[in-house]
Amino acid sequence: MQKRKSVRDLKVGESGTICCLNDPEMSLKLLEMGCIPGTPVKLNSKAPLGDPITIIVNDYTLSLRLDEAGTILLK
Amino acid sequence: MAELIHPEEKIEIKAAVTKPITKIALIGNPNSGKSSLFNQLTGLNQKVGNFPGVTVDKKTGICQLAPQQKARIIDLPGTYSLYPKSLDEKVIIDLLYNQQSDLYPDLVIVTADASNLKRNLLLFTQLVDLQIPAVLALNMMDVAEKDGVKINMEQLQQDLGVPIIPVNARTGSGIAALKIVISQQLPVPNRAFFQIPEEFSGLIKPIRQYFNLQTDYLAWHFAHQYKNLTFLSETDKRFLSDLLGQYSFNSNTLQASETINRYTLINELLLDSVRVEKADTNEKFSNRLDQILTHKIWGYLIFFGVLFMMFQAIFAWATYPMDLIDEGITAINNFIQARFDGPLINLLTEGVIAGLGGILIFIPQIALLFAFIAILEETGYMARVTFMMDKIMRKFGLNGKSIVPLISGVACAVPAVMAARNIDNWKDRMITIFVTPLMSCSARIPVYTVLIALVVPEKYYLGFLNLQGMVLMGLYLLGFTAAVLSAWVMKLILKARERSYFIMEFPVYKMPRWKNVGLTIIEKVKAFVFEAGKVIIAISIILWVMASYGPGNRVAQAEQTVQQQAQQYNWTPAETSLHLSTQKLEASYAGVLGRAMEPVIRPLGFDWKIGIALLTSFAAREVFVGTISTIYSVGDEENIKTIKEKLLSEKDEAGQIFFTPARAFSLLIFYVFAMQCMSTLAVVYRETKSWKWPIMQLFYMSGLAYVCSFIVYQIFK
Repeated sequence: MQKRKSVRDLKVGESGTICCLNDPEMSLKLLEMGCIPGTPVKLNSKAPLGDPITIIVNDYTLSLRLDEAGTILLK
Repeated sequence: MAELIHPEEKIEIKAAVTKPITKIALIGNPNSGKSSLFNQLTGLNQKVGNFPGVTVDKKTGICQLAPQQKARIIDLPGTYSLYPKSLDEKVIIDLLYNQQSDLYPDLVIVTADASNLKRNLLLFTQLVDLQIPAVLALNMMDVAEKDGVKINMEQLQQDLGVPIIPVNARTGSGIAALKIVISQQLPVPNRAFFQIPEEFSGLIKPIRQYFNLQTDYLAWHFAHQYKNLTFLSETDKRFLSDLLGQYSFNSNTLQASETINRYTLINELLLDSVRVEKADTNEKFSNRLDQILTHKIWGYLIFFGVLFMMFQAIFAWATYPMDLIDEGITAINNFIQARFDGPLINLLTEGVIAGLGGILIFIPQIALLFAFIAILEETGYMARVTFMMDKIMRKFGLNGKSIVPLISGVACAVPAVMAARNIDNWKDRMITIFVTPLMSCSARIPVYTVLIALVVPEKYYLGFLNLQGMVLMGLYLLGFTAAVLSAWVMKLILKARERSYFIMEFPVYKMPRWKNVGLTIIEKVKAFVFEAGKVIIAISIILWVMASYGPGNRVAQAEQTVQQQAQQYNWTPAETSLHLSTQKLEASYAGVLGRAMEPVIRPLGFDWKIGIALLTSFAAREVFVGTISTIYSVGDEENIKTIKEKLLSEKDEAGQIFFTPARAFSLLIFYVFAMQCMSTLAVVYRETKSWKWPIMQLFYMSGLAYVCSFIVYQIFK
């Protein structure tokens, strides 16, 4: 089975739409921060060492680690 | 009793006397301007304490609503929802769900960032469902307008079912209107945003009955979070867990679907009342700035520049007020000593006032450090620093946010440990607190300077590289390396209670609000002086007693001997008093303890005199220089040069120079690692609310110091 594309796989400046979150524990936090399925998300920038990253979701900037971004799957 | 007062009058008087102060809780997302609003409402009438049973700061303040009406405002930690993720946030549910709590609010003010309304309304709708009277303070309308967000207030107010007051927490506009609204009796909101799934109605009813709860939604939260509610008894919790066992109640899934439902509803709601007309310019400006400030090279360079400036300020600027405080304390002591005499006066001057001086002298550094940190936080730059450092710090069991305490630790571990409060993950926070005192603080500088001057020649390499300066830098690096490596070891040992994550809002760059900066400084200085101060004064008194009294009449005998010698050798009064203090100290309990310690510290190259200095250093490291000058009778006008000469002329029993490089380096290394700071231990206790951590720190750091000193001495001797 092919691995689903996640926010982690986006390039800087690239956008996608959130499909689902695959980590039940982490998803609660991400949902509260507005990472709701169906919401567009854009990879905004990466930290100098490549991790963490910032994404733009619901018109604001959210920073998170790559591991966390990997749990946000895209459509 | 005769009815002297007319019944109606009586009621009126009673009402006026017993009318309780309204309790208002202030709640909102981080970065929603909650603290600014709190400062606007309460000004200097603030008090910082602890919530019962936890370390989280409880800020309360009195707000004058009207000439005859006051309210107590309780500032709650910033949160994104009523399902708390960190220990800090758990305070909120403990307070809001316990109607018996002293702090249970009559009203909540919810702050929301108008430019990011969607996410801010999640918490708001949860609060409304609890049916506590609420007001929505809509902050940052100016930012929203700049971003082209148009809000139809009337429509929104109607949809949300509670009063909405647009405020600007920076300028204070709208605060008067907010005060008028909260001075009135507000109705309980009657709108519901979330329906509890049908299949759980059989679960909600018994919970409501058992705990006598007013709403279904509160019962729903009891079911979700009973483990986190400290006010429930074991029986209560067992009742809930038994009940939940009968249902397939998956808290995670249910919370997730609740959040999604709420967002769907909020989206629909905002379609009616909010229109976005043009692209967000503010965000774009911040993004452009970020391209420089978080750049691969420039980002780190700028960060180190900021750090450099901070240290310059803390070291250079703080010296002037510090000297003033020092002189002031000495002047007060001289004044008292010139007029009065006796053991009680000595206790007052040498014990209490000297101890007090040891606390007050740190105020300039603490104030400056927190001014810098507050400005970096306020502008939004700190979020970028943690962002840039997270990956590096994570390797060592720390977290991007640990950088703040570690840096602050170079000034003083006391405010640094307090700064660790920003770290929301328990394990990361504990590790940070644990290793921060290993960073070389400014109190070590006098010790470093004296000992380096003693053994490191003043040589220059390449014309500008000063050897002594390089050794000093080496000692700082040594401390930092020890901190990072210890963190790594702790990471392997410590069991995590919660998962470490780094999901954080990236705030937009802003100008700092100077009022907030000022209030932060006052608050931190107060916390330091009162909390750590108590312990330091107690220890100073104990040390004074130990250094002034000895077993039997040994101190009196020493005094006699010196008087005789003074006559014999024709000493000046100054010389006599110098010998007197040295001999008395030797005969005192401190001297006895120093002697008793000698076998233990001999392998490190130390003798009983250094032993006394190590003991007194425990009140604060900088006491070392003072103690050494007392023991070696350097005299009052001590400076590094005279101390150096005195120490160099010191001979051991075999007539050799006592302070060999091996001894001096061993002592230096000891001061790099050893936990010799009562104030730090006191603050760690305050922050972790347990003696376990400070005791562990004491043993770990002293052990490390001992082993390293031992190795250094044995190699170089």
